[in-house]
Amino acid sequence: MAVAEQQTLVSTPPTGTSIPTVIVDDVHIVYTVHGAGTGKGSATAALYRLLSRKGAPNVRRVHAVRGVSFTSYRGEAIGIIGSNGSGKSTLLKAIAGLLPADRGKVYTDGQPSLLGVNAALMNDLTGATNVILGGLAMGMSQEEVRRRYKGIVEFSGINEKGDFISLPMRTYSSGMAARLRFSIAAAKNHDVLMIDEALATGDHAFQKRSEARIRELRAEAGTVFLVSHNNKSIRDTCDRVLWIEKGELLMDGPTEEVVSAYEDDEQQPKPPK
Amino acid sequence: MSTVSETTHNGAVAVGALPAPSADDGLSPAQLAAKYGLSVSGARPGMVEYTRQLWGRRHFINEFAKARTSAQYTQARLGQLWQVMTPLLNAAVYYLIFGLLLGTSKGIDNFIAFLVTGIFIFTFTQSSVMAGVRAVAGNLGLIRALHFPRASMPIALTLVQLQQLVMSMFVLIAVVLMTGEVPQASWLLVFPALFTQWIFNTGLAMIVARLGSKMTDLTQLMPFILRTWMYVSGVMYSIAKMTESAPHFVRILLDINPVAVYIDLMRFALIDSVTSSQMPPHVWASAVGWALVVGVGGYIYFWKAEEQYGRG
Repeated sequence: MAVAEQQTLVSTPPTGTSIPTVIVDDVHIVYTVHGAGTGKGSATAALYRLLSRKGAPNVRRVHAVRGVSFTSYRGEAIGIIGSNGSGKSTLLKAIAGLLPADRGKVYTDGQPSLLGVNAALMNDLTGATNVILGGLAMGMSQEEVRRRYKGIVEFSGINEKGDFISLPMRTYSSGMAARLRFSIAAAKNHDVLMIDEALATGDHAFQKRSEARIRELRAEAGTVFLVSHNNKSIRDTCDRVLWIEKGELLMDGPTEEVVSAYEDDEQQPKPPK
Repeated sequence: MSTVSETTHNGAVAVGALPAPSADDGLSPAQLAAKYGLSVSGARPGMVEYTRQLWGRRHFINEFAKARTSAQYTQARLGQLWQVMTPLLNAAVYYLIFGLLLGTSKGIDNFIAFLVTGIFIFTFTQSSVMAGVRAVAGNLGLIRALHFPRASMPIALTLVQLQQLVMSMFVLIAVVLMTGEVPQASWLLVFPALFTQWIFNTGLAMIVARLGSKMTDLTQLMPFILRTWMYVSGVMYSIAKMTESAPHFVRILLDINPVAVYIDLMRFALIDSVTSSQMPPHVWASAVGWALVVGVGGYIYFWKAEEQYGRG
C-alpha cells in the first residue's frame, strides 16, 4: 500500500496547495515508568510480583506532553526545538504511533518512520546485512535492494576509511552507526520521516549530504521532522519550527522567528524558583 | 517564568500567521483528517491486509532468519561447530544423569536414541518459546525505526530454531544409526512430524511474543515453566511405563501434551522398537490439531496487539 501511494505522491508536483500529512489534535501523553530506582529483580521476585498481582515497585507517571496541536503539510520540513526533557522525542514517538496518546489524537498520512539516536538496527550483524535487511523490512523487493545497495553504502560514507561495511555493526562508532541507519531509512521515499538527533553524530560532510537528502525527500512531497539542539542545522534544513517547553507548544512559526526567540530565551538568566 | 508566558502569547500570534488553505479553515482536526484520508497513527490493519503485508515481507523473514543463524556463534571461536556441539553435549549430559545415574532407562529398548530424540524435539519447542519471548522486546530498535508486520519477528526467529533443529537431526540420525537402527520407510514420517511441530512452535512463539512485550518479567519466569514442561513431557522416561499404575486421566493428560505428541511421533518414526501399540490413540490427529489451534490462534492473538509492539 505504502509503495503504491509513494508512486502517486511522486507524480503529483508539490504545488502551493496545502495537503495535510500529520494532524496532531490536543495530544496529552503520560508515561508510566516501571521500576524507577530498582533493577529487574530476581526470577523469584518476578514470580512473586506476577502471582500477587501487585504492580512493580516504584511505578511513576510522568505527564510528558500537555495538549499539543498542530498540522503539518506536504513538502514541509519542521524543526522541533526545546531544552532537554521538554517532550520533543516523546511527541515524535506519539506521531509514529509508538506511544499511545492519553487524550487527543494523531492522524497521519501513511506510516511515519522514526529515526532515533538509539534506534539500533541489528548490532551483531554486519553493516552490509543491515542494509539488505533494512531495505527488505521497509518493503523493497530483493531486486530493488540489490540495485540500491551501492548507493546506500556510498551515501553513508562507511567505506571511506576501509572496508567497514563487512564488519558487525557493534564495532561501529556511534557516529558511523547513526550514518548507516539514516542512509538505510532515507533510501526509501517516506510520507513522513522523523529524525531525532540522529544526524548530530555525523561529521560535517555527512551532515551536508543528509541535509541535501532531506530537501529531496521534501521535494518528493514528504514531510520531514527534525529534532536537534543544533540551531544551525535547523536553520539550514527547516522552514517551520515548533518550540516545545515542559510538554507545551510555546511557539509555532517560520524558522527564523521561532529560533531567534528561542535563542533570546536561552540567553536570559533563569528566574530563581 | 514571566518570559515563558510572554512567548506563549507570541506563539498564539505566530500560529495564525501560518499559511493555511482557506477552504479547510472551518474544519475540525478530525474532519480535516477524514477529508484527506489520514488515519489514526499506528492503527492496526485488518486481518487480510495484514496477512498480505506479511506475505510481501517473506524475503525479509527469510533473510533475517539466515542472518540470525549465521550471527549466532560469531562471538565463539569454534563458530558454527556449536550448532552440532550444543545438541551433542546436551544429549551427553542427560545420558549421564538419567541413563547412568538415575536409571530411568529401565525397560526402554535403545535408551540412547529414545533420550536423544526426546531432548532434540523438546529443545526445538523450548528454544522457539525462549526466542519468542524476546522477539519483540529484543528487536525494539528495528521495530521502532522501520515499519513492517511485527509477526515477521517471531516467525523468523522460529525459522532460526527450525534450521538449528535440522542440524540436530543430522546428529540424531547419526546417533540412531550408531545404536543399531536400520533406515526404513517410516523415517519419512519425520517430515510431517517436524512440519506440524514447526507450525505449533510458531503459534506458541507469537503468543509468548505478545505476552513478553508487555510483561518483561516473563523472560525470567520462562525457564521455570519450560523446565516443568520438560519433566512432564516424557523426555527422559516413557510416559506409558511411568503411568501403568496411575489413574487413567493422568495418562490422558500426559499424552495430550503437545510436546509429548511430537516426541512420540519422532520416536515412532525413527526407533524400530517404538511401535504403534505404544502410541496414544489419535496421535496424528492431536499433532495436526495442536498445530492448527495454536498456529492460527497464536497468529490472531499476536495480530490483535500489532499497534502496541513499539511501545515496550
